[in-house]
Amino acid sequence: MADIQIDERVDITDVVCPVTFVKVKVALEELEDGQVLEVRLNDGEPVQNVPRSVKEEGHKVLRLTDGGDGTYRLLVQKVEDEDA
Amino acid sequence: MAVDYAALKAGGFMRQKQKNRFSLRLKVVGGKVTVEQLRAIADAAEQYGQDYVHLTSRQGVEIPYVRLEEIDQVKETLAQGDVVPGVCGPRVRTVTACQGAAICPSGCIDTYGLAEELDAHYFGRELPHKFKFGVTGCQNNCLKAEENDVGIKGAMSVHWNGEQCIFCGVCEKVCRTKAIRIENGEIKLEENACNHCGRCVKSCPVDAWEGTPGYLVSFGGTFGNHIGKGEELLPLVPDRETLFRVTDAAINFFAQYAKPGERFRFTCDRVGWDKLKERIEEAYHG
Repeated sequence: MADIQIDERVDITDVVCPVTFVKVKVALEELEDGQVLEVRLNDGEPVQNVPRSVKEEGHKVLRLTDGGDGTYRLLVQKVEDEDA
Repeated sequence: MAVDYAALKAGGFMRQKQKNRFSLRLKVVGGKVTVEQLRAIADAAEQYGQDYVHLTSRQGVEIPYVRLEEIDQVKETLAQGDVVPGVCGPRVRTVTACQGAAICPSGCIDTYGLAEELDAHYFGRELPHKFKFGVTGCQNNCLKAEENDVGIKGAMSVHWNGEQCIFCGVCEKVCRTKAIRIENGEIKLEENACNHCGRCVKSCPVDAWEGTPGYLVSFGGTFGNHIGKGEELLPLVPDRETLFRVTDAAINFFAQYAKPGERFRFTCDRVGWDKLKERIEEAYHG
């Protein structure tokens, strides 16, 4: 798979739901349309919910990889809300 | 003239221990009450009750302390907000529901719509004993489907669409029955192991899983003096039409075989679960 250029990074392994999603949401708001955010998140509940919530907000999930250390790496491309 | 308590009970008037007072049960479908209805209920409770309502265990609303001689006035006040009395006694009771797919991210089915349809078909139907329907949107089972004589639980038959998939592994992770495995760039679904919970569909970040809503139905639940969990006797019911054939078969079985005052579960125990299963399988296959 071709390398994806990452524009910003956020680590949500130190927080719990719903702050996990809030941190991601805030980070995405700082980005321009089309830019990519890398999220480091925990296994378990965050990995089951955060990628889906990001999709439901209209952004594009590009990749999710298992770090093998109990964390995951999620790449999300910002999709600007047309109504905004 | 003697008071016909059975008739009052059928009309939702529950006799209180206090002489000549009744707790008036109101009709609620699927736990949904509009603002207009709430206003009328508040008016009635203020004028004819004691300034409060009781929320029942099955999503009902009751106005306690209504006087027998004020029945007509209280009904009139309620009618202004489109509220009518509910039922008690040996008949189909309040159809309960969670908020389902209309509101809840976990919901697999339109619980409100189904509760309304069940209500339209069966509410108040006279039977040998009480008969309860409950509708829950998914396997989280917030509405406790198996407590009901007929419980309906939202589910999904699922299908993997390879083109969208980014092989992130979330579906494999969320699957509680280990029916999903990633193997050689393919996702394998073991159909026999799938419990139709739809968690793969709900959690997929790229919509690579498609889910078609269906129903899991349980029969013979009871949670009063005797406690028994409803039995799931059928595979996933794929559509509303089939579902109503099945619920018709179940309620008709009860109407035909139950003794007065006997709950569905005990009719099945006495007449035979196999016999019920035969009937509902017949209905299932049309």
